[in-house]
Amino acid sequence: MTGGPGAPTRAEIMVFAASREVRDGDCVFVGVGLPNLAVQLALRLHAPRCHLIYESGVFGARPVRLPISIGDPCLVSGAAQVLPMAETFLYFLQGGRTDLGFLGAAQIDRYGNLNTTVVGRGYDHPKVRLPGAGGAPDIALNARRTVVIARQDRRKFVERLDFRTTVGWAEGGTSREAMGAPGGGPTRVITDLGVYGFDAETREMTLASVHPGATLEQVREATGWDLKVSSSLGATEAPDQAMLRLLREELDPDRIYLKG
Amino acid sequence: MRDAVSRFVRDGDTVVLEGFTHLIPFAAGQEIIRQRRRDLALVRLTPDLLMDQMVAAGTARKLVFGWLGNPGVGSLHAVRRAVERGYPGPLEIEEYSHFGLLCRYKAAASGLPFFPLRGYRGTDLPRVNPHLKQVTCPFTGETLDAVSALHPDVAIVNAQRADAHGNTQIWGLVGAQREAAFAARRVIVVVEEVVPEDVVRADPNRTQIPSVVVDAVVEEPWSAHPSFVQGYYDRDNAAYLAWDRITRDPAELERYLDEWVHGLPDRTAYLARLGEATRDRLRPGPRLAGPVDYGDYR
Repeated sequence: MTGGPGAPTRAEIMVFAASREVRDGDCVFVGVGLPNLAVQLALRLHAPRCHLIYESGVFGARPVRLPISIGDPCLVSGAAQVLPMAETFLYFLQGGRTDLGFLGAAQIDRYGNLNTTVVGRGYDHPKVRLPGAGGAPDIALNARRTVVIARQDRRKFVERLDFRTTVGWAEGGTSREAMGAPGGGPTRVITDLGVYGFDAETREMTLASVHPGATLEQVREATGWDLKVSSSLGATEAPDQAMLRLLREELDPDRIYLKG
Repeated sequence: MRDAVSRFVRDGDTVVLEGFTHLIPFAAGQEIIRQRRRDLALVRLTPDLLMDQMVAAGTARKLVFGWLGNPGVGSLHAVRRAVERGYPGPLEIEEYSHFGLLCRYKAAASGLPFFPLRGYRGTDLPRVNPHLKQVTCPFTGETLDAVSALHPDVAIVNAQRADAHGNTQIWGLVGAQREAAFAARRVIVVVEEVVPEDVVRADPNRTQIPSVVVDAVVEEPWSAHPSFVQGYYDRDNAAYLAWDRITRDPAELERYLDEWVHGLPDRTAYLARLGEATRDRLRPGPRLAGPVDYGDYR
């Protein structure tokens, strides 16, 4: 949490940074929570013609309230199309019609590979059983761009995943292309401390900006490997008062997702 | 419901209960618990509260799934206790991505032994699931991922309405209901309303499941609560939040099952216990679709 009233919280900076990743006209695979807020913000700011796709089988959603799950009935009322889930994956993802997908993760490594399956090395008797794959592997494999949103600490940003549920840049370099992955791979990671890109050659995660109120030392401390930092490291752009008002008063008035 | 479950769901069966966030067959699942079915292989894209209840009640030997959780809230603690600590008994798991499991339904529904997809390359999932394999495309030589057909013994799906023959209409999210029904050997459809056949025939595009694959039609209003039915009632988010507290404590979960499942004879009693105020809170306002003209071709 940063600052007092008026100053953006870390969650608000994350949502704003994520909204900047949406381009006008994009077909966006949206999850609930922060990604949903980010896309709603983008729709109102710079991407009024982006299309919201939910893996539950909705294209062109226009929710009139904050959806609580990816299958909220408010995503259906007023949508452009509802289709069977299988077709959503077959045609919109595997068929190459998805520009951008948002993902979360319990663990992420330096190449943007994700774990949402188990914590602890033993699959059969895990320390923590996580939800599993859901739609993530197929979004990561097929979307032209993937953005990962996660809170950052050493248990999440790990040298080695306990389980690889979802592939990012695989082992780095050209290894993703070599396995025949059709989509574009992860382009950004947005945390509560900073924003990351991936090196064009090594495909290693590289810190691009640090959020206002956070320091490079804090970021390094919350990363489980020797973090690469961009030579042009800057401060993450913070939302202005008008955007904050939009987020706080219209998009998440009950602060379900924006707390902290 | 009692008769349908008693006739078509047997100990040891592979049972698909579909409905993606929408139209989750809670009443049917709780009837399975009430009739104390055992050793079931339960299959569902997103095992949520219902599967947590069914696992806690001891109906399951195996869970086949894509995503395991209480959407928007957190974990399924009964399932986690079973997987992490084998409590109260062991639970075998077999996991896919949503797309992978959908393709297993599609293969079975289409009479194919497997379904090709681009899905699992570069992940650890094939390492823990022997059903995930690869095939070579005979035309391009490309290596594709593949999943085998899944033929459930029973599929149970909810819907807004059906005629007495089982022609079943769904609007809103249609999930995987059609694929699951065509894939299964036996199908139970649970609806908010049974309507005259001419209501269905007036709007055939809305029919997701045809009578020919349906074995039983059960009319049971509010049978998907606490999930939702588009146009009938909203998701009871308070119940999903409350579940997080109930399921953390095995004793409290046991009490819930005693009070809300074993202690009640049927869904009518469940609704009486739920109360009119909750139902009023969940009823949406109207948002009607315009009629379309199919044409009369006499």
